Amino acid sequence: MEFFKIRRTIPFMRHALVFNVISLLTFVLAVLFLSTRGLNFSIEFTGGTLLEVSYQQSAQVDRIRNSLERAGYKAEVQTFGSSRDVLIRMHVDKSRSTAALSEQVLGVLRADDKSVELRRVEFVGPQVGEELAEYGALALLVTAVGIVLYLWMRFEWRFGLSAIIANLHDVVIILGFFAFFQWEFSLPVLAAVLAVLGYSVNESVVVFDRVREMFRKLRKAEVPEVIDSAITGTISRTIITHGSTQVMATTMLIFGGPALHYFALALTIGILFGIYSSVLVASPLLMWLGVDRAQFVRTLKKPGKDEHEGAVV
Amino acid sequence: MNRYPTWKYTLVALCVALAALYTLPNFFGESPAVQVSSVRATVRVDSALLQRMESALTQASIPFTGAVLDANSLRVRFADTDVQLKAKEAIDKAVNPDPANASYVVALNLLSASPGWLTAVRALPMYLGLDLRGGVHFLLQVDMPAALTKRLESLTGDIRSLLRDKSIRHGGVVRAGQSLRIRFRDAEVRAKARDIVATGLTDLVLTEREEGAEFLLLATLKPEAARRTQDFALKQNITTLHNRINELGVSEPVIQQQGADRIVVQLPGVQDTAKAKDILGRTATLEIRMVDHEKMTPDLLAAAARGDVPFGTEYYVERDGAPLLVRKEVVLTGDRLTDAQPGFDNQTNEPAVYLTLDGAGARIFKDVTRDNVGKRMAILLIEKGKGEVVTAPVIRSEIGGGRVQISGRMSTTEAADVALLLRAGALAAPMEIIEERTVGPSLGRDNIQKGFNATRWGFFAIVVFMSAYYAVFGMISSVALAVNLLFLLALLSLLQATLTLPGIAAIALTLGMAIDANVLINERIREELRGGATPQAAIAAGYQRAWGTIVDSNVTTLIAGLSLLIFGSGPVRGFAVVHVLGILTSIFSSVVVSRAMVNLFYGHRRKVQRLMIGDTAWK
Repeated sequence: MEFFKIRRTIPFMRHALVFNVISLLTFVLAVLFLSTRGLNFSIEFTGGTLLEVSYQQSAQVDRIRNSLERAGYKAEVQTFGSSRDVLIRMHVDKSRSTAALSEQVLGVLRADDKSVELRRVEFVGPQVGEELAEYGALALLVTAVGIVLYLWMRFEWRFGLSAIIANLHDVVIILGFFAFFQWEFSLPVLAAVLAVLGYSVNESVVVFDRVREMFRKLRKAEVPEVIDSAITGTISRTIITHGSTQVMATTMLIFGGPALHYFALALTIGILFGIYSSVLVASPLLMWLGVDRAQFVRTLKKPGKDEHEGAVV
Repeated sequence: MNRYPTWKYTLVALCVALAALYTLPNFFGESPAVQVSSVRATVRVDSALLQRMESALTQASIPFTGAVLDANSLRVRFADTDVQLKAKEAIDKAVNPDPANASYVVALNLLSASPGWLTAVRALPMYLGLDLRGGVHFLLQVDMPAALTKRLESLTGDIRSLLRDKSIRHGGVVRAGQSLRIRFRDAEVRAKARDIVATGLTDLVLTEREEGAEFLLLATLKPEAARRTQDFALKQNITTLHNRINELGVSEPVIQQQGADRIVVQLPGVQDTAKAKDILGRTATLEIRMVDHEKMTPDLLAAAARGDVPFGTEYYVERDGAPLLVRKEVVLTGDRLTDAQPGFDNQTNEPAVYLTLDGAGARIFKDVTRDNVGKRMAILLIEKGKGEVVTAPVIRSEIGGGRVQISGRMSTTEAADVALLLRAGALAAPMEIIEERTVGPSLGRDNIQKGFNATRWGFFAIVVFMSAYYAVFGMISSVALAVNLLFLLALLSLLQATLTLPGIAAIALTLGMAIDANVLINERIREELRGGATPQAAIAAGYQRAWGTIVDSNVTTLIAGLSLLIFGSGPVRGFAVVHVLGILTSIFSSVVVSRAMVNLFYGHRRKVQRLMIGDTAWK
């Protein structure tokens, strides 16, 4: 079986400008949504209390909301997964946010319906939330810097820079989606975002690897032509690999239940935009940053710099 | 060219066999058990206890399927949970004849049902996180400023008694913020006092200052002394938490220091979070102080009740409602207490609590009681800055030897409660719950089921696709992927890393990403074939060319995984551990293991006409 019987090089770079304009537009939109709507941070980041309870029969969300309001609690109440499971979210409130809050709320719910069963409680103090947000940002920064450094060492600074720009742009777009739909941004979503960052950089690396190889192989070709043939040569692998990862993300979306829902969603967006950006954004960037055969001919002369040398499998 | 030396095949086979061995315990499931462990270091869990328990079970005719005795606990297995519950009661009765003074913790537990020889080679099932098996996770913050304040308060007393012993007149010792101010009439006395304090209390930094006509000596804690105090407070709190949690009867509690001033408490299987919180949250510290008799005049008491408390004292109300003015100066704190037991007074047969003090505590107590016969002392329980008088007995005579009896106006249960509270210990510094995660057991089971389903169907879909698309090479890739999963599960079991729901998600994701290496290799081989290479050369070149790319792409993924591991906490860390391990195992399985299979399949044939790697005929 073979899906990709591509007999000639596809001229991706001829449309480089179009791709970059599309990227820029989505990027600007994402930034716009992020700045106007902001992320809907989960209580892990903001601090607060979250309760997941389950009822014997369908839960009456309005009634729960009313009784909580009457008892003086400001809470968001919504069904979660099935109609019998209810999620109650209370953001941090300096005067009454304590670890005891969950018990008090559960007491109010029990008074309404004896059958209520507690499935999960999360309480995060405000200082912990702040730290998590800080560490999350730090993790993102370290990952980005680490990747640039590695690619710089392994290839050239232009590769590192264009890969990280392309893939941070993925991250911003994922965040943009979360801002636009006001999906809950939780710790697992952050993990997914960072995993996607590492993962789609590896996409760019595969293309870059080919670019380097093609520079050596196609001695006469122009830079755009080299990049085109590199992308064309790896496209079937790109799509199959991403397809496989996407299959996993999709099964998580279908079977993983509400706990993994946003995690899988972030992965899905990340993978889709990852294909696009790591191939069609990183490569034009590489071209415009002025990648040139001379950079590799020079590195070729240094012994031991060849990535295939000494490779034994 | 496509042959591995025998040792390499053997190595791969050995790795797979070992991985299979260490993954095995995960398939045996768990059987209900009862765990008995000791509350105190002095009470041993030994074979005598095992015999006692066995005879108790036989007497109650409760069948059990096995018993394990290890260094600090004894575990007995049962056929089902009904028997387990019955057995727990019987065992509890047998080993703890006096429930008020239990020496063993009897808790329900689940034991791996894997056979003994697996356990003997340390092959254990994966350690499931609380989100998969249910339980409570708390993060507690220790109030360090309060610990320092307390230390300074007790130093105030030390300075006073030191100066009194040397008959140096001073104008009072007061704490202001994190420093102590001692006032003197002239510089000469101050210099003398400074010498005495500096030699007597080496933890203090002393500075002199003049304020108007007053000569002041300022004392602050040395940085290392402050650090020591904080360390001590943390350690003491952890010990106290251990004692308290023992009272809860949790089978495998985790109590660990996190950072400089935090403590993580994990209680698997605990459902009653209110009770757990109640027990943990009893941030009581114990203080013994003197009642200020001189100021306990009706006028002053009335004024104090209105909020106008005389200087140097605090206003409390006893349990029976009688008002009390207690000196701020602390005679003894709970740290000096080594034991507390309920009992009865020898003469009056009233319920009483017997306290045992350590050496320093006994000395102080002796001095104080000698000087204050006929006066009252108050035993205070300070909770979250609010104090409560447990009891305020009259000192009848000098009490030496560190054995103290508190009696009067107590019921038997009250005596037991007070003893428990004192014994389970006073915390060195108050603590606050700053993070809580509670997961019910039903949700835990759901999570395992869902995570497992997602992984299984995703894996299945990838295997079907790969086998159809790359034919034999696809099947080999699929086997390599399965081996990767095996390695990953074996490593997780071997390292006993905590598996959480994000961890299961990471398994699924890692599998999806791991196939990338094989896709790269297979595509390369196809390309070589299209380029006209012979089958054997195509295999060799395909693997060789793909290797550089595989390493590069995995390193970038690894960078992201490692930074998640370093900076992540809670769910993120659970994800990162599996992710990082998965990347490492996938490099080995997708390159070395799959190559071994390809070599076995093709490498030893004299002539290979065609590789079964799907359609490569088009040109």
